[in-house]
Amino acid sequence: MLPKKFRLLLFVQFIALTLLLTVVNVNAQALDVFKGEKGEIMISGGTAHIPVMKDAARNIMSINPNIRISIAGGGSGVGIKQVGEGLVNIGNTGRTPTNEEVAKYGLKMFKWAIDGVGVIVHKKNPVKSLKKIDLIKIYSGEIVNWKQLGGPNRPINVYTRDEASGTREVFWEKGLGKKTITLKANVVVSNGAMKSAVANDPNGIGYVSVGHMDDSISPVTLDGVNPTIKTVKDGSYKISRGLYSNTKGDPTGLTKKFIDYLFSPEGQKIVVENGFIAVK
Amino acid sequence: MISRFEHLIEKSFLAAALWSMALTILIFVFMLILGLPLFREGRFFSLLFTPWIPGEEQFGIYPMIMGTAAISVLSLCFGAPLAIGVSVFISVLQPGRLGRWLKKVVVLMTGVPTVVYAFVGIFLLVPLVQSFFTAGSGMNILTASLVLALLIAPTMILIFSGSFENVPISYCNAADALGSSAVQKFVYVILPYSWRGIITGLILGAARAVGDTLVALMLAGNAVAVPGSVFDSARTLTAHIALVTAADFDSIEFRTIFAGGILLYLITLIMVLTVRFLSSLKKEASP
Repeated sequence: MLPKKFRLLLFVQFIALTLLLTVVNVNAQALDVFKGEKGEIMISGGTAHIPVMKDAARNIMSINPNIRISIAGGGSGVGIKQVGEGLVNIGNTGRTPTNEEVAKYGLKMFKWAIDGVGVIVHKKNPVKSLKKIDLIKIYSGEIVNWKQLGGPNRPINVYTRDEASGTREVFWEKGLGKKTITLKANVVVSNGAMKSAVANDPNGIGYVSVGHMDDSISPVTLDGVNPTIKTVKDGSYKISRGLYSNTKGDPTGLTKKFIDYLFSPEGQKIVVENGFIAVK
Repeated sequence: MISRFEHLIEKSFLAAALWSMALTILIFVFMLILGLPLFREGRFFSLLFTPWIPGEEQFGIYPMIMGTAAISVLSLCFGAPLAIGVSVFISVLQPGRLGRWLKKVVVLMTGVPTVVYAFVGIFLLVPLVQSFFTAGSGMNILTASLVLALLIAPTMILIFSGSFENVPISYCNAADALGSSAVQKFVYVILPYSWRGIITGLILGAARAVGDTLVALMLAGNAVAVPGSVFDSARTLTAHIALVTAADFDSIEFRTIFAGGILLYLITLIMVLTVRFLSSLKKEASP
């Protein structure tokens, strides 16, 4: 058991190192447009976006140190408010802005990634498919034993994410229909922590971003649909959302170049590397 | 010339001392100001006794207070006997080479970052607790307390053994002359003399347990229900603050975590003041 963990750890480190090296050696075609530019881009809003924003910003700033890019969180609501009032250049949201918001601030939205959230269980758990209604009952604490779902007579350990998690937000909204999650649920703080928690707990159930799924855990088919990048992309798997960047009016100058970069092959590669689904 | 230079150095040290003191007080003032809306609405005290259900607009921190209490008390129960045993071994039974060597290891242990303990706990202790007690996820109060006990033990060991070694040598010599064994010497001479040191060590250990974030965050499971047994998943105040801060800066949730911050500050303050009081007693009592 243990050597396998260490191998995993080594693998993760290797990946991190490779990423680091790719950034250094990046064949910076898409970045050429930033050469000779100078100025600042301020970004705030959705927290799920931050890893992608950070990677993009690092690439841009390392090729041109005269460009300053600041990235803040705050959540989708904050993002819309701040970009609408001109406090930042880009406001990120994990949902489409409402018609009211679009009308009030004249927002333009750019969907550069899709994020799907899939339910996961331990590999040895025989329950590999659930109805959505049962999933809601598990997470609200009405179903507490795997026996009730045709599994072994064992208690269900429910795992959820922290309040700041965008993954949690999508799952709660589209997977659970905004039903309150049982107070007894264990809370973990990242997609990675969720995976290792469920991988180590034969009685556990949790959820991760579809891009994060691997063979350390088992995905659960929901209402007959398997959560994969393909089913999320074609819309048959419903627990998903777009990741949006919003600007007030049409973007100009550096802001436009930044958004174009997100849609470039390199930008979309960053999207995939961070576990999201590319739109192009 | 030299005296002016010394004067300057003295002044700069004074400035440094005042500055760090002012910072500590300013942090408290800052928390009070940000928590002010809670006091004004009279919600501060109700927060201390209500549950945390954001979906129903309830933002109480009662479950987290209970989680903190359970985890720190239990970790003290595991850690204190261990610490007393080790410090007796180091200072009373084997004060020679072995004791000195062991003490160096303990000093080294105080320097290990908490995240290392927590990380090792996840991979070694969690599966063990899970299979041994077949209760829940393995991330619960017991697991967190065991790791936390290991974390707070070095602090307690060093303070305990320091106070054991402070016992005047003439007392020990007298006990030796009367033909007492090492254990008798400890129970009848050293223990009565150094009880203040033991209480100081316990309080500082408890303060570390209350204030530690990562061990509880990674090992206690973070459920927001009030824990009913040591196998229940629980959330501490510190973990709660870490989990909520990241989310939002404009919401009621965010305001209520200042209630948790103020509470933690006060708990630590009371503990430190008690320690100060005890050490002032000691000065008067010693010959």
